[in-house]
Amino acid sequence: MKARAFDYRRVASVAEALDAYAACEGEARFLAGGQSLLPALNLRLDAPDLLIDIGRIEALRGITLEGDQLRIGALTRHAETLASELIAAHAPLLTQAAAYMAHPAIRNLGTMGGSLALSDPASELPACMRALGAELEITGRDGTRRVAADDFFLDLFENVIEPGAMLTAVRVPLPAPGTRMRFEEIARRRGDYALVGLAAQLVVTGATVESARLAFCSVGPTPMRAPKAEAALVGRPLDAAAIADATAALADDLAPDEDEGFSAAARMQLARVLLGRVLSALMTREHGEMAA
Amino acid sequence: MSATTDSPNGGRYIGRGLPRPGAKRLLAGRGRYTDDVVLPRMLHAAFLRSPYAHARLGAIDVSEAAAMPGVHRVLTGTDFAAICTPWIGTLSHFKGMRSAPQLPLPLDKVVWAGQPVVMVVAESRAEAEDALEAIQVAFEELEAVVDLDAARGAQAPRIDADAPDNVLFRTRIESGSTETAFEGAESVAVDLRFGRHTAVTMEPRATLADFDPGEERLTVHQSTQTPYQFQDLYARHFGLSEARVRVIAPDVGGSFGMKLHVYHEDMAVVGASLLLKRPVKFTADRMEAFASDIHARDHRVRARLAVGPDGVFRAIEVDDVTGVGPFSAYPRTSAVEGNQVVRLIGAPYRLTDYRADLTVVAQNKVQMSQYRAVGHPIACAVTERLVDLAADRLGLDPFEIRRRNYVTEEMYPHTTPSGYRFERLSLASCLSKLHDLMDYPALRAEQARLRERGIHRGIGIATYVEITNPTPAFYGVGGAHISAQDGCVLKLTPAGEVQCAISITEQGQGSEAIVGQIVAEGLGVDRDAVRVLTGDTETTPSGGATWACRGAGIGGETALQASRKLKARILEIAAAILQAEAGNLDIREGAVTDADGRARMTLKELGNLAYYRSDLLPPGVSPALTVAHHFAPRGYPFAFTNGIHGSLVEVDVETGFVTLLKHWVVEDCGRVINPLLVDEQIRGGVVQGLGAAFFEECRYGETGQLLNGSMTDYLVPMACEMPDIVIRHVETPTKDTELGAKGVGEAGTAASSGAALNAVNDALRPLGASVSQLPMTPERILRALAVI
Repeated sequence: MKARAFDYRRVASVAEALDAYAACEGEARFLAGGQSLLPALNLRLDAPDLLIDIGRIEALRGITLEGDQLRIGALTRHAETLASELIAAHAPLLTQAAAYMAHPAIRNLGTMGGSLALSDPASELPACMRALGAELEITGRDGTRRVAADDFFLDLFENVIEPGAMLTAVRVPLPAPGTRMRFEEIARRRGDYALVGLAAQLVVTGATVESARLAFCSVGPTPMRAPKAEAALVGRPLDAAAIADATAALADDLAPDEDEGFSAAARMQLARVLLGRVLSALMTREHGEMAA
Repeated sequence: MSATTDSPNGGRYIGRGLPRPGAKRLLAGRGRYTDDVVLPRMLHAAFLRSPYAHARLGAIDVSEAAAMPGVHRVLTGTDFAAICTPWIGTLSHFKGMRSAPQLPLPLDKVVWAGQPVVMVVAESRAEAEDALEAIQVAFEELEAVVDLDAARGAQAPRIDADAPDNVLFRTRIESGSTETAFEGAESVAVDLRFGRHTAVTMEPRATLADFDPGEERLTVHQSTQTPYQFQDLYARHFGLSEARVRVIAPDVGGSFGMKLHVYHEDMAVVGASLLLKRPVKFTADRMEAFASDIHARDHRVRARLAVGPDGVFRAIEVDDVTGVGPFSAYPRTSAVEGNQVVRLIGAPYRLTDYRADLTVVAQNKVQMSQYRAVGHPIACAVTERLVDLAADRLGLDPFEIRRRNYVTEEMYPHTTPSGYRFERLSLASCLSKLHDLMDYPALRAEQARLRERGIHRGIGIATYVEITNPTPAFYGVGGAHISAQDGCVLKLTPAGEVQCAISITEQGQGSEAIVGQIVAEGLGVDRDAVRVLTGDTETTPSGGATWACRGAGIGGETALQASRKLKARILEIAAAILQAEAGNLDIREGAVTDADGRARMTLKELGNLAYYRSDLLPPGVSPALTVAHHFAPRGYPFAFTNGIHGSLVEVDVETGFVTLLKHWVVEDCGRVINPLLVDEQIRGGVVQGLGAAFFEECRYGETGQLLNGSMTDYLVPMACEMPDIVIRHVETPTKDTELGAKGVGEAGTAASSGAALNAVNDALRPLGASVSQLPMTPERILRALAVI
């Protein structure tokens, strides 16, 4: 398990990183936390000619409030996500999710941008971005654009980032009054990839669910929204009947694949149970009710 | 350590919960493992492995690889066939057993996915791996034999073309008449499946061979628990003088039986060093460990138990089929596991009518062989599941039905229907101690209360009998060069300290710690004055080393008797110097004393005299302060231990997840030398057993591909999911030795999966469901509950 030989270059700015990528005659990869890329290199599943280390680009760091959005730099480590007071105040879904993300050693190095750019549907952050209705900032040599999380993920490990461009930040809208958020997952061992995970964001006004965003991990090629289950919740009180309707509707939303050791039926069962449990928890305000 | 951890029967050191002397060094990162050893002119090996589980080998083109940077040699099967004799994993006391001869690399076909096919030796491991990518091998894929049952079918492809079928070994044990016993009796039956799992040692296998052509000396650094066995094997298979083969096992990061088998890579590394006349190192990476380390278990056991209306057992019948990979492992075979299954089933109970069939079949998977608690967890789970089913059938409590059927005190020495002889067990006292320890009635009451709230808890218990302290009855009678004796050389240094070189080995369990305690106590010196050396065939006497639970019982007794010998020697010299009778002297706290404890001279003074002023000794008194002692058990063929586990679980009937709430163990390993280490042996063993019960499984696809050969996909049990483990001891020393110690290495693993199986089924029973396959995954539990 030794990587094939590659060139390595550390860059100081996004522009320098993009130029280095463009100048590379072979295959180049951006290296951030390296928690997925380095194992892939050692397993020789990937063998680029050049690694561009973006880990010290200051512009990619930082968590800031910008207007009605929370901007989180792509180099934000999972440990920082877990500890950030700004994130806890405005996007507690991410704080909850970060506690499920692997183990401390991995959280100390793994980054927000790296996880999203990899687009592993079993990871927590892609589902969170969809549940939060976030925008992702992609920077190429021709400038920066923003893509809605719902439009970002294309397929297993595939997204809309063009070769040579880079995910530079995510922008999470500040929550409306009455927003409730909850992340939970079911994994065989603490810190494992989820068998099923759910990022849920509801806006509840008075007794009525105004909007619902449910995004699942590990049940499809991308983080999966559950539109039928969401529709079953909207416009009515969040009660046992609504939850029963939502979990029943889930069968029309998700079609998880069979994979070794876990059948599609078992995964679907876990998704239903998880949805029921998360929604039940969200019935009480203590769970994720945002300050108005 | 607090006094509460000490054994009530202890002496100054024996029975004390002292920490391991080597632990600080290892914690500080100062361990020296095989991969840490760097020799001048050392080369690195990497292997091209078969992507197919079963394939004919065609042309192998290594020309491009051989010309790549850093590459010294590319070797294939024919290179090794010329210098290494084949090995065959059979033993003569397993009548009729057969297994295909093995060479370091294959000549004409591959028989499991991951089998090494071509070896590259290069300046660095990375360069060797680069060269692997340039090798072309023409494989002609053959149909793979994967499933245990299908392997026995008439239509199954044969793995060994020279054999009539895929059965490597069959045996039947029969005692009394089970047919008569089953007639008209109530009976319960099981059909249990036990998946494959593997050792996942923290340190993977590693071998560094260094052949010196000048002296024709071979030195092998190897991560193993049995250096003497490998000294013999390398000498014989490569035609070297045994005295010129040195095997060193430096620090070893876990072994669990996995590192005492012959692996093709080890033989190839030794062969490559002979061919290249340079040191060659191979360290298995984690992927290679999954692809080539032995796997454990893989059984399907059908069994039934006849029971009378009084709850007394009448007979057991067993059919065990075990899949062991394409050939039998060498030199211990892959039949020992199954053999122990069929001999241990029913062992704790009074039974006369017993019949068991064992079938050992070949399949295109990596070899299966001895791993911690060989056969015990299978035998225990089968027996104890039957016992619980019988209790359920008759409306008896699980504790009560066991109490009624255990071998009783007056029956010892007792011989089981399968021929095992028990000197003395403590079954009933362990049972009642567990009952108190668990606060069993309170647990049952709580279970009933919670059941009303839809919380499904289960309580399971499982009794085990463990094989320890093996005599040559284990391997020697079958012709294997595997020693059942141990040797110990003790030296009093001129400064009055003690060096102890012993043939048992250390893989992290504390062998060196207990030997130090025994020698210090036996000799009458401070523990800190004893330095223990292990793991080097050139500096320690030859012996069995560490396997099958023998280190404390056999190695410990060897050390104790050696210390008696050295003490006699010291007292003889002291008597001459002090003009006293040796019989009136003693050694206490590092000094020669009168019988009443008054110090007469320190061991340092005595050492100084003997080594530097031997002219002062009277004529005829030898100054020798080095003694050697060898010991092999000669009484019972094995020293059997026993104990019982309790397991409390909670089953989430919506997700199939099981929360392990608590685990209890009451064990009897005879004399406890170090209760701290005994407890940690038990805890580690319990966790491995719970791994097998819930998490660990080597899953194969239809074409014989290992599907989960990585630490991401293979679920090693982790601390967060493990319950608290409460341990108590009962001590029934063996009278076969002065020390009285038996083994404890398997006791944790032997019954934890069986207790957990009973606990989960206890939780599921009111729901009309049961599980009969290990590991008990959420998927299998959901299916048992018909949720999916």
